[in-house]
Amino acid sequence: MRGVRVLVGTRKGAFVLTSDEVRDRWEVSEPHFAGWEMYHLKGSPANPDRLYASQSSGWFGQVLQRSDDGGKSWAPVGNQFTYEGDAGTHLWYDGTPRPWEFKRVWHLEPSLTDPDVVYAGVEDAALFRSDDGGQTWGELTGLRKHTSGPKWQPGAGGMCLHTILLDPSQPSRMYTAISAAGAFRTDDGGSTWQPINRGLNSAQLPDPTAEVGHCVHRLAMHPSRPNVLFMQKHWDVMRTDDAGQNWHEISGNLPTDFGFVVDVHAHDPETVYVVPIKSDSEHFPLDGQLRVYRSKSGGNDWEPLSKGLPQRDCYVNVLRDAMAVDGLDSCGVYFGTTGGQVYASRDGGDSWKAIVHDLPAVLSVDVQTLR
Amino acid sequence: MIRLALPAHLRTLARVEGEVLLEVPGRPTQRALLGALEARYPMLRGTIRDQSTERRRAFIRFFACQEDLSNEAPDAALPEAVVEGREPFLVVGAMAGG
Repeated sequence: MRGVRVLVGTRKGAFVLTSDEVRDRWEVSEPHFAGWEMYHLKGSPANPDRLYASQSSGWFGQVLQRSDDGGKSWAPVGNQFTYEGDAGTHLWYDGTPRPWEFKRVWHLEPSLTDPDVVYAGVEDAALFRSDDGGQTWGELTGLRKHTSGPKWQPGAGGMCLHTILLDPSQPSRMYTAISAAGAFRTDDGGSTWQPINRGLNSAQLPDPTAEVGHCVHRLAMHPSRPNVLFMQKHWDVMRTDDAGQNWHEISGNLPTDFGFVVDVHAHDPETVYVVPIKSDSEHFPLDGQLRVYRSKSGGNDWEPLSKGLPQRDCYVNVLRDAMAVDGLDSCGVYFGTTGGQVYASRDGGDSWKAIVHDLPAVLSVDVQTLR
Repeated sequence: MIRLALPAHLRTLARVEGEVLLEVPGRPTQRALLGALEARYPMLRGTIRDQSTERRRAFIRFFACQEDLSNEAPDAALPEAVVEGREPFLVVGAMAGG
């Protein structure tokens, strides 16, 4: 099939939305894993029929699912995530030490080249890797055991490793982000890591420019220019041009620089999207108007995109893993809301349409371009 | 054979309908019963008890013969009526949430 497959994780199940390349008519699957929280689903870039899904529940814990036929059928794979060695402690909300304890998988990132290799970002923050299609998982301990680890603290949503970016030009380099520890980079395949938070300024911290402790909500990269990253921090939209060594703010004329998602146009690495959210205490758009903001200059100059989006009485949120782009010639941009809508633009953001209206609260959106 | 009833989500995950019938080798205890269940249905590992510590998950309860057995020692003998198959061993998802 040629077209687009949108993988949607919600609070009460997963949905697969499919369309041809026109992206006008969409087929919505029945719920997969109905009743379970689906934090993330993602397809392998090396084999688009291979999908991974994180299924979890407050009652029954973590299950990992795998599909080898593009989401038509699924089978559970390994769900044992054990911290290596002495788990140690991190800081709890009240500043007291607390033992690391596995809670759930927030994000799955399949290898760019091998469909059996997949990374999992988990809460409490750690990075795991599977080399056998998800059957078994081993921790890449260098991240959690970084000397700053005992000082990491959870954000309001938990101490989650929510972003994993793989550098297509350097297979041994990857980036992760943790709420609320910050961003980290490895240049040796995950053995050792360094915090890359210089330039971040978080007024909520005793030392606003501390090495760690920043509530990074999301990172995004264009594969053609992997040294340039964009970040939606708790407050502030940031950019680095040197693989995270230094960040500078690009919030510019945004009406508010709080938010969760950030993503990059598939064909223009200087075109960036965010969804501004009113504040850290009011998680909905300003003035009841849902607007994506686009910068075509890599930040600072932002334009509101509202055509087709609700412009009154809209009080949804867009969570950190809930925006993605497709790779068709006219880049498609997608995002899901806590109100259960998935909006799509097939013209790079100029206009939008809800391709499904009434799902459970959307936790994640990922997109596969099928050729 | 011991009759074991799973909550709906775990029946779906294990792809079973109704009660599960399990042969429990050796002395029939809660630990042995759950071990037999997980051996037959590996996808249930970690969903009822922790895979490393075998501690019951917080929102899971075990009922049988009108008794709450959730806090019984894992190696205590199961009630005779459960062992003889006259009563099911119920794995229950605690009522919580809204």
